[in-house]
Amino acid sequence: MTSLFALVDCNNFYASCERLFNPDLIGKPIVVLSNNDGCVIARSNEAKALGIKMGAPLFEIKDLLARDGVHVFSSNYELYGDMSRRVVLTLSEYSPNVEVYSIDESFLDLGNFLHVDIQAHARAIWERVPIATGIPVAVGVAATKTLAKLANRLAKKSRKANGVLVLTDPVHVEAALKATEIGDVWGVGRQYARKLALYGVRTAYDLTRQTDSFVKRHMTIVGLRTVKELRGEPCIDLEMVPPSKQNICTSRSFGQPLIDLSDIEEALATHAVRCATKLRKQGSCASALTVFLETSRFAAPGQVYFSSRTVQLESPSASELVIMPQALGALRAIFRSGFRYKRTGIIVTGICPAGQVQQSLFEPDNRKRDSGLMDSLDTLRKRFGHSVVKYGVQGTAGKWEMQSGKLSPCYTTRLDDLIKAR
Amino acid sequence: MEAAIIPLHPLEEQRFLVIIDQGNSLPLYTTTVQAGFPSPATDYSAEPIDLNTYASNHPASTFLVKVEGDSMVGAHIMPGDLAIVNRDIRATSGMVVLAFVDGGYTIKRLEVRKDAAYLVSENPKYPALRIDSPEGGLIWGVVVGIHRKF
Repeated sequence: MTSLFALVDCNNFYASCERLFNPDLIGKPIVVLSNNDGCVIARSNEAKALGIKMGAPLFEIKDLLARDGVHVFSSNYELYGDMSRRVVLTLSEYSPNVEVYSIDESFLDLGNFLHVDIQAHARAIWERVPIATGIPVAVGVAATKTLAKLANRLAKKSRKANGVLVLTDPVHVEAALKATEIGDVWGVGRQYARKLALYGVRTAYDLTRQTDSFVKRHMTIVGLRTVKELRGEPCIDLEMVPPSKQNICTSRSFGQPLIDLSDIEEALATHAVRCATKLRKQGSCASALTVFLETSRFAAPGQVYFSSRTVQLESPSASELVIMPQALGALRAIFRSGFRYKRTGIIVTGICPAGQVQQSLFEPDNRKRDSGLMDSLDTLRKRFGHSVVKYGVQGTAGKWEMQSGKLSPCYTTRLDDLIKAR
Repeated sequence: MEAAIIPLHPLEEQRFLVIIDQGNSLPLYTTTVQAGFPSPATDYSAEPIDLNTYASNHPASTFLVKVEGDSMVGAHIMPGDLAIVNRDIRATSGMVVLAFVDGGYTIKRLEVRKDAAYLVSENPKYPALRIDSPEGGLIWGVVVGIHRKF
């Protein structure tokens, strides 16, 4: 059995999605902003060439963007999510096993593709995905996921590779390892890179030459797994089913600073409902929840406030009727008037499968009532959108809601937003 | 005292028979029992007809576009129709295409002649658009059908 993985990565995914429906922007610089239009989270190649940095705050580069005629978009996750789904659907024609690693990256299992010219197969993916979906991609192929990731990075950078790099020849693998700095290896952070540089270990190749005990001592067992993968020994399998999350956090910065408790309650109630929905989606219950509330960290001294409170639930639950009131209670306990708040959020922890919940002796059992109601809510929201059924406390003022002033239409998911043709 | 949990119906919603070993068993509740004659259609079940797959067998590359003008009424494409556009088809002469020209989308019939490509309308009111350079416009996809609501 031979193991072989392809990593297919969409080029500048968010910018490519915006450009697909706005062909006027071909060859023009594009940036996409984070939630709340805070900072740059995606750039087209033209924007990268202008020296716009990833994570640059909008207020700092506003003048530069205007001067250079950069096209600015708020992040439209509804559009990107649907385009991502289309890319994955197309990729599934090229391998029976596809792991969706992130919104713009998928691993394909090409192991045991006997009698298939892998180079031609990878090139076919590279040609077909942009034709079918409009999204350009790069393809890296190698014996392990870590090497495939490394190949993908070089496929994008190297003019000769032109978007496709198959790393199967040991000579090529060695050259690729030598051309890759440690900090650019999947799973190795900048911190390890700095630490290892002290020992003269700078490239991925240097790392593969270290003994296992050296690696284990400096990078733990997880690092050893990475190094083995770099040596061509597969240690990380395809994850076909995403693992259940062990904690779920729902939080957003407010669109504007908030002073009144009632405005913040609207936000937190909405986060709590989202959080409970996520729990039910993965079939889990939470045993505890933490609510936090904070001002901007950059506020003047004396104006900065941060507090959080954790509440243990009587018995694990995924019901909004349990989680939301508990969360609001915790919020009221930590709220202090007189601050300009920037963010609130809820984190649920102690997550267990919904089928293994231990009932509390001293609490009325509303689980049957709640789970029926929650099922109905989930069905309604799936059909008509998440805001179709709301609680009174969620309000309608929406003072907290995000700023997304430059949002493009949802061209593929809303009838009112379709492309119009004459 | 020993307790055993036996899943009775593992495929559906899990229901358990709890047996507490005290010499007698105590079923809390068990699976439902089917009564009556089973449906004779069970072995012949089929999915209902899906208009999405009828409209296009390439869901990943199929997009809907709202028709606004009357330039294609000769091809029975009316204002207000939804055009079904597939990107995964190579456009050839004679096909109805969605093109992007002069900063806007347009649906026209593609005609490739010796001197240039033409986007021809199916309404005598509108002249054909002549495209003789790559910058002149691009073909976004091929129109494979329309949907109209009465």
